Amino acid sequence: MGAAAALGATLVSVAAFANPHPWQINLTKGVTPVSHQIWDLHMAAFYVCVALGVIVFGAMFIAIIRFRRSRGAVAETWSHNTVMEVCWTIVPVLILIGLATPATILTREMYNATDSQMTVKVTGYQWLWRYDYISYDGKPITKVPTIYSRLAWNSNAARQLGSDISPWSIVDKQTGYHDYLLNVTHPLVIPAGVKVRFLITGGDVIHGWGVPDFGVKKDAIPGIMNDAWAKVEQPGIYRGQCYVLCGQDHSAMPIVIKVLPKTAFNTWLATQENAATLDKAARTAEVTPSKPAPTKG
Amino acid sequence: MSSTAQAVHYEEHHQGWFERWFMSTNHKDIGTLYLSFSFLMLFVGGSFAMLIRAELFEPGMQLMQPYFFNELTSMHGLVMIFGVIMPSFVGLANWMIPMQIGAPDMALPRLNNLSFWILPFAFVLLLSTFFMPGGAPAAGWTMYPPLVLQGGESIAFMIFAIHLMGISSILGSINIIATILNLRAPGLDLLKMPMFCWSWLITSFLVIAVMPVLAGAVTMMLFDRFFGTNFFNAAAGGDPVMYQHVFWFFGHPEVYIMILPAFGIISEIVPTFSRKPLFGYKAMVYAIACIAFLSFIVWSHHMFTVGLPLGAEVFFMFSTMLIAVPTGVKIFNWVATMWRGSLSFEVPMLWAIAFIVLFSIGGFSGVMMALVPADFQYNQTYFIVAHFHYVLVGGALFSIIGAVYYWLPKWSGHMYSNFWSKLHFWSSAISVNVLFFPQHFLGLAGMPRRIPDYNVAFADWNMVSSIGGFWFGATQLIFVGVVIHCVFFSKAKAASRVWEHAYGLEWTLPSPAPHHSFTVPPVIDDSQLAHGDISH
Repeated sequence: MGAAAALGATLVSVAAFANPHPWQINLTKGVTPVSHQIWDLHMAAFYVCVALGVIVFGAMFIAIIRFRRSRGAVAETWSHNTVMEVCWTIVPVLILIGLATPATILTREMYNATDSQMTVKVTGYQWLWRYDYISYDGKPITKVPTIYSRLAWNSNAARQLGSDISPWSIVDKQTGYHDYLLNVTHPLVIPAGVKVRFLITGGDVIHGWGVPDFGVKKDAIPGIMNDAWAKVEQPGIYRGQCYVLCGQDHSAMPIVIKVLPKTAFNTWLATQENAATLDKAARTAEVTPSKPAPTKG
Repeated sequence: MSSTAQAVHYEEHHQGWFERWFMSTNHKDIGTLYLSFSFLMLFVGGSFAMLIRAELFEPGMQLMQPYFFNELTSMHGLVMIFGVIMPSFVGLANWMIPMQIGAPDMALPRLNNLSFWILPFAFVLLLSTFFMPGGAPAAGWTMYPPLVLQGGESIAFMIFAIHLMGISSILGSINIIATILNLRAPGLDLLKMPMFCWSWLITSFLVIAVMPVLAGAVTMMLFDRFFGTNFFNAAAGGDPVMYQHVFWFFGHPEVYIMILPAFGIISEIVPTFSRKPLFGYKAMVYAIACIAFLSFIVWSHHMFTVGLPLGAEVFFMFSTMLIAVPTGVKIFNWVATMWRGSLSFEVPMLWAIAFIVLFSIGGFSGVMMALVPADFQYNQTYFIVAHFHYVLVGGALFSIIGAVYYWLPKWSGHMYSNFWSKLHFWSSAISVNVLFFPQHFLGLAGMPRRIPDYNVAFADWNMVSSIGGFWFGATQLIFVGVVIHCVFFSKAKAASRVWEHAYGLEWTLPSPAPHHSFTVPPVIDDSQLAHGDISH
């Protein structure tokens, strides 16, 4: 029990750091190799933009200060400079190639879901997420029940028009995180350090399944099975939201993913499978008390 | 310039009020109608924006049901794009193109009347959906199926309104092409035209090319909704993503329809107040043409997360980034125009400088979004909202306001209040950044767009953004006051050449401009053309 609490506390500190926080101004670095690389690319692109901004706005600023008529500036009459024009055509091309090349390599990696050790199917509905465990470690998962992940009831009560419940009062008791609209009834549970492939589709309209900390975002489209993958480095609780407008409760179908250390996950999975077996046995017993068991083969 | 000969024709035509404003075939009156209509729509769309920002002022739902919020965001987009930015550019084209090319009027005056008068009816239809059972369309201005098909029957009205707007802008564009290609004064070669005419000539072709594509997309949607077809219904073998491809094949050129005329306007204003010819006139023309061509092969960058094949992602990333090159050329050329000029900072110049800065910021975030992996983080977040508002408000809208301040004395014959117009500028320029800059932060922190309610972590920046929003919205009331004062009450007469170094044919006409612009073709003096040096 103590160990579990300690583990919980570790999860808290990591997760609290990763999830959106007040006055946040930059992208999360995330917790997957891909999200780290996206962050690096994002920062590289940002610094390139800052440098170009300094050059362009700087030149404009100097012109505004130095070449004012009120300071007696006399306009020149030239309107061409071939060397400059060639430069500011070629140099941007080189800069863009410099950015697009690593982006292409990273895109290839993000599209490479081979060698995944686990598959989870994600289906978006108005307005909840459904998670089906498909396979793990090369074996199909058949006994773990489907997870229906809808907005937690305390957030749901607070979000109603005219409710007197303050959004600030919605706090995750374990972690202390203000999880208004970012908490669910049943989170998806996956193992850390395992390449998990998500098969993403929509049940009614188009939704968008996105978890910034994983660097994952894919549209959940009816009739189309998209895929994405994540290999989460750190156990923790990670949150995302529906990213494609899907109707009135678009803002109320968050994504919460509990990432457990691999051994803890295996234990959890076994518990689920056992519970499901017992549950199924109980239900079968109730529904068909007198029937003889069907003969096999 | 045979001004005495023309003076004969400068007498005003005597028309009744109704005849003048409802049956007009005059390019200036129709231009005024277009501009007044879009000005009205600016406040309609703006009031939706105020409601949106009011609901987003703090977390929790305070003012409206989420579904109504979605109606507001959808209608805000449709009204601002089709009711404000596009008609005001057409209005400016109506006013200025005949005056800039030495023509008496637009080539097809009756068509001009028709293309304007379709618009008010289209918007009555569109806005009436708010009062219909089921409410206004609430699937965003992009109208993605299957969500949009869940809407009430009001979507038929939206679709018909979009058809009308499409017809209106196609007719307007045909008129502009016909005018520019046929009515230029003798000696005014295409490559001597002012940049504003060039930008509109190219924009017109974009409009004609893509508006029918939008019409096709929404018609398929109409059939899916009412006549049992399944173009976009996955359950019956249709494809919801096909709609997105068709829509964005329209939608991306549409983005340039809303910014190319702005490039033209800025290319008029900057040389005037720099007292120096436009740097690289031909390069500017080619850059616009190049951007227009590229705009047809980048559409899927709006759809990086729909599950495109890897090859498509990479292709659209590269083609999108390529657009930054001609766009960069334009920005560098404007700065080079200012370099070693003799700058003064009258109100139109202030808006032009703000345009260059804000549009560049929007361009920077655009380049970041072109990178596929990074876009997986930015896509559908407030980062996108910040990006396109920098481009459309800081870009397109600022250029339109700059154009109004540049040409209003020519139109009305009066000068506007220097104090109030400067106050309008500074208040707008500061508040627009308070409004939209924090939205970059919200997006990077992961806040999705199109949501009425959000986690408390997003509360602070949303409040800042809302304050900026109310401030920016209230500031535009100053604009109304300045324009009304200038047109009806100002005593300060404007000279023909309103701005000291303003070149181009429009400044050879008296202020206010006569009812018919050039009844006798003007004699072209190359040194008096807007961009000055055309010898290269």
